[in-house]
Amino acid sequence: MALSAADFNYRRRKLISAVMLGAAATSAIGMIAVLFLILGYVFIQGGQAIDFAFFTELPRPVGQEGGGMANAIVGSLIVLAIAGVLAIPVGFFAGIYLSEYASTTFAGAVRFVIETMAGVPSIVIGIFAFVLIVRPMGTYSAIAGGFALAMIMIPIFARAAEEALKTVPFSLREAAMALGVPSWRIVLRVVVPTAGPGIITAAMLALARAGGETAPLIFTALGNRFWQEGLTSPIATLPVQIWEYASGPYADLHRQAWAGSLVLVAMTVGIIGLVRLLYRGTSFRQF
Amino acid sequence: MTQQAPTQTQRDSRDHSGAGPSLQATQEQRSHIAKVESTDPGTITIENLEAYYGNFRAVAPVTFTIPGRKVTAVIGPSGCGKSTFIRCLNRMHETVRGASSRGHVLLDGEDINGPKVDPVLIRRKIGMVFQKPNPFPTMSIYDNVASGLKLNGIKSGRPMNEIVEQALRQAALWDEVKDKLKQAGTALSGGQQQRLCIARALAVEPEVLLMDEPCSALDPIATLAIEDLIRQLAPDVTIVIVTHNMQQASRVSDMTAFFMMNEQRSGELVEYATTETIFTNPADKRTEDYVTGRFG
Repeated sequence: MALSAADFNYRRRKLISAVMLGAAATSAIGMIAVLFLILGYVFIQGGQAIDFAFFTELPRPVGQEGGGMANAIVGSLIVLAIAGVLAIPVGFFAGIYLSEYASTTFAGAVRFVIETMAGVPSIVIGIFAFVLIVRPMGTYSAIAGGFALAMIMIPIFARAAEEALKTVPFSLREAAMALGVPSWRIVLRVVVPTAGPGIITAAMLALARAGGETAPLIFTALGNRFWQEGLTSPIATLPVQIWEYASGPYADLHRQAWAGSLVLVAMTVGIIGLVRLLYRGTSFRQF
Repeated sequence: MTQQAPTQTQRDSRDHSGAGPSLQATQEQRSHIAKVESTDPGTITIENLEAYYGNFRAVAPVTFTIPGRKVTAVIGPSGCGKSTFIRCLNRMHETVRGASSRGHVLLDGEDINGPKVDPVLIRRKIGMVFQKPNPFPTMSIYDNVASGLKLNGIKSGRPMNEIVEQALRQAALWDEVKDKLKQAGTALSGGQQQRLCIARALAVEPEVLLMDEPCSALDPIATLAIEDLIRQLAPDVTIVIVTHNMQQASRVSDMTAFFMMNEQRSGELVEYATTETIFTNPADKRTEDYVTGRFG
């Protein structure tokens, strides 16, 4: 009697285990399938449309076949560079502050604010940048676009940098302290180098995320069918160009939009791939 | 943010307050604390030192003198405040959030707890080696040893190569690493890493070296190497070593301090004497029970 009860429990347990494993596996496979569908579709559609001219030529006037998005590719890189220059120092020091210096209560408040900031819809950040930069300057510009993207990057980067710094074992800080090293030097010379790969990863992922943003750029960088005329004038960017072409009625521009999507996805996948390579090349994970 | 420890438990501080010379004498007689006269450099005189975590008193007032250029072992069962105690000797204790200490610790007559003393400078005179070897993972063997001087921007009169070699020789590691100084410090074995950490601490030429169970993560052979090293270092630097290994204390030390937890769960110095006395003829029943293995 007791034996059969145990037997029943055992079978029930095995059944639950199988169901749970099945659910987990189905979810994982489903997620991967969606990713591959997106990537596959972009690669097929974009692959048909992309050619050498896409990287070297400006957009042609509407109705004329061919041309490229050279200005948008360069524009995206410029706007991202501005965003990086603005966001990386701020995020870096905010991350250091959160992980090394802040008392728990205040750090908790700052962390809450940063998480809220990360949750603000990007269109709202675009409007904010419009009011703060575009209106006083009187023009859409690369600077305004970079500022808007920086607002998106800072919370992502600051939190990720904080996490990277926190993985540095306390024993290393103690070792440096016992050598009579002042605390700011411990942070800069021991903690930051040890967390280096993690911090670089955080910065790159934040750049990848910002590089795909469209909404904040519509209000700030605007777009441009020609090469930009400096940092204080409207500038073309890949996501905005894709959005414009894709929402228009012309089949040729739709093809261009697919090619642009392919370049954008390839850039993101490239950055993430680089990050993985970087991780493999260090002894960082041993700690 | 550091909380000030409250004045609490007046009744048990009575035993240790040392109100006058005559009382001091009887107290020492009663609590078996040997009086040490030492004028050698690196002498540490501890007066009514107590340590707190928030409101909790981890170490009850301790008064004794650690002789210079000798090895002093701190022994006692787990949780008796040994580590907390030695972390007060170079002001590492206060780096823990909410932790504080009171009383006096005099290094060659100068109070390291004095109001104008910079704890960062104290730690250059009183170095520390931890339980787990903790070389800097981003630095080579050479840079690890040089780190104390480099990170502090200290310009020593001597060339860095010479300082690094001397520190590694003192730590009995030179012959094993002289051909691979540029390799990562973390690539060494556990025992070598611990000797690297000792070399790193010695390179800044401290007066005192505190060792917090330096062999607890090492195998017996590596442990013996460290113990030999401790004996060799003693003429040049005062060593205070915390250990839960009584054989180790008896092998390496000249003096031994025995700590135990009292009724308030605070660590208390029960007996302090020459190592020979502690292990062959202890004055306190509790010391005898501990060293003969009746508990702990």
